[in-house]
Amino acid sequence: MFGYSMAEIGNIFVMQGFSGLSLFSVLLLMALGLAIIFGQMGVINMAHGEFMALGAYTTVLFSQLAVAFDLVNYYFVFAIIAAFIVAFVIGYLVEFGLIRHLYKRPLDTLLATWGLSLVMQQIFRSTFGAKEVSAELPAWLLGSFKPTEDIDIPINGVFVMGLAVVVTVGVLLFMFRSNWGLRVRATVQNRVMAGAVGINTKKVDRVTFALGCGIAGVAGAAFTTIASTGPTTGSLYIVDSFMVVVFGGAASVLGTIASAFGIAQAQSILQFFLTSSMGKVATLMTIVVILMMKPEGLFAAKLRK
Amino acid sequence: MNALTSKLLGGKQGLIGLVILSAIIFIALPLGLDLFRLGLVGKYLTYAFVAVSLVLLWGYGGILSLGQGIFFGLGGYCMAMFLKLEASDPVSTKIQTTPGIPDFMDWNQLTEIPWFWVPFQSLTLTILAVLIVPALFAYIIGYAMFKRRVGGVYFAIITQAIALILTILIVGQQGFTGGVNGITDLKTMLGWDIRDDSSKYILYYVNGLLLIGTILVCRYIITSKFGMLLLAMRDKEERVRFSGYDVSNFKIFIFCVAALISAIGGAMFTLQVGFMSPSFIGIVPSIEMVIFAAVGGRMSLIGAIYGALLVNFGRTMFSETYPELWLFLMGGLFIAVVMFFPNGLAGLYEKYAKKYRLAERMQKIFSSGKPAKADAEATPTKTTGAKA
Repeated sequence: MFGYSMAEIGNIFVMQGFSGLSLFSVLLLMALGLAIIFGQMGVINMAHGEFMALGAYTTVLFSQLAVAFDLVNYYFVFAIIAAFIVAFVIGYLVEFGLIRHLYKRPLDTLLATWGLSLVMQQIFRSTFGAKEVSAELPAWLLGSFKPTEDIDIPINGVFVMGLAVVVTVGVLLFMFRSNWGLRVRATVQNRVMAGAVGINTKKVDRVTFALGCGIAGVAGAAFTTIASTGPTTGSLYIVDSFMVVVFGGAASVLGTIASAFGIAQAQSILQFFLTSSMGKVATLMTIVVILMMKPEGLFAAKLRK
Repeated sequence: MNALTSKLLGGKQGLIGLVILSAIIFIALPLGLDLFRLGLVGKYLTYAFVAVSLVLLWGYGGILSLGQGIFFGLGGYCMAMFLKLEASDPVSTKIQTTPGIPDFMDWNQLTEIPWFWVPFQSLTLTILAVLIVPALFAYIIGYAMFKRRVGGVYFAIITQAIALILTILIVGQQGFTGGVNGITDLKTMLGWDIRDDSSKYILYYVNGLLLIGTILVCRYIITSKFGMLLLAMRDKEERVRFSGYDVSNFKIFIFCVAALISAIGGAMFTLQVGFMSPSFIGIVPSIEMVIFAAVGGRMSLIGAIYGALLVNFGRTMFSETYPELWLFLMGGLFIAVVMFFPNGLAGLYEKYAKKYRLAERMQKIFSSGKPAKADAEATPTKTTGAKA
């Protein structure tokens, strides 16, 4: 098959599969935020990629500080928290200034957030320059380990994956085990009724949106460990993340996880055997065709409409 | 005036709007601008086709397509393939390994023209392809999605993904498509040099006439019973469905019409600008074309043309002097139009024209040719274009 021996094919699958896992982690973090904003609130946030870039730039700033004060080995955890907080706060303000006026007009939200994404990109460009910047990684994130002779697994990939798992579990706990999550779900299911039992639905909207943005910020922090950040970094991931959310079934967190995994793996493995662009085309095309046949996505919530 | 012409011209007010637009396109701009600037206007007017198609699709139909660049691009590529084949005759390509095929194919070790390029050796087939291929593609997309009642934001996202796929495909398949540079060095059409001054003027006027023709056709569609149904569908889709109409077929039809209009714009773009590249297909150009329509007024056909002209003039002006500022301005424009002027320039005109009874005054002083901001026939319907 393609002139490789079976053992080589096996190794390729493991290694491409693993690089797929890194992509999966970033996509998952991006898509989790979107799944909350789009799946739960029905708001299309085209600036979601820019919130990820915001988190990434925050991490880069922290790493520069850490280099100045010689704390490179410790800063990263704080950088993740800071990335979350910065994106959360900006998201909160954006909801207050922009999104809340447009809940009844989803298509207009799409255009307005696209405008927001242009503005944010230009702010990044004016502040940090058009060139890509990267964070100074702590030593414990560098290098790789080799379970066998031919397999080479980078540690930063493992770290990103661990982060994605932690955040996912956190989101699941938040949504299904906390009072806030209860209020969010109640508001999504029946806004009027939720208001009637005393839930401040406007506040729920604001916090939900900000939370989605905050998770995008964490995705950005994770992103700095595997690639460098430029002003348009976020926009490269936005279509993919939307595809992940729609493909998985907008309202289902489990669906989002499954489809992020499927899409990332398919892309990564196909890109090895086809060219990089054809791998992406084949993956996206498959998703679009499946979505045309099953518009509600793979794991649709069973609702009576 | 009989019923049909009055319908097409949109009454006295519509007629005035149309006459002013024609005066600007055919007289004022060619007299006032040098050939280089006029060429830019010609380019903007090809985008105006897409903006007009979006008024039909988004303003009246409530269907937001973020992939109109696909059809603009397909139309443009069809035309570019014909012109490229003509430009690649064996004499002028004799230094290639295989003379007589386009240069980028030669660079990519192709030795003959691929099968899907063959029809583009004939101008008749090319014009047919410009008209049919994008509409057919739109039919396939529309059939697959509207029959399953996919609409609103899902439709927007999926059309956007298709625009992305097409861009990656064209960039990746350099040997067949010219890759990221697109199809360049287009020279003649049936031996007629499209690059000299006189043909630039001719193409500009052909483009303008086609645009005016498109507006008339769109007005016919909007004022017909179908146009009424379109509006009804936008505002209360379920009610139209329960009245016994097949909503999806109407949506497919209007999507195909919009694709066709965009494709004509694309073909005219190739002819006037002299090349076609994937940078006119992708996500960014497609969504920018929506903002042209939004700035002009999503319910106004003529407004969309002014929108396309103004936004592009603004872009050219600002990116010449303050390139940094342009993205801020463009982003701000998206936000401001949506938040404060959902009916765009046409909406503003409606509001203030009523206040100062501009239309009546303008009829009196019409001979002095005072420019109007927008199409007077734009109905002040509450814009509920957005629907999930």
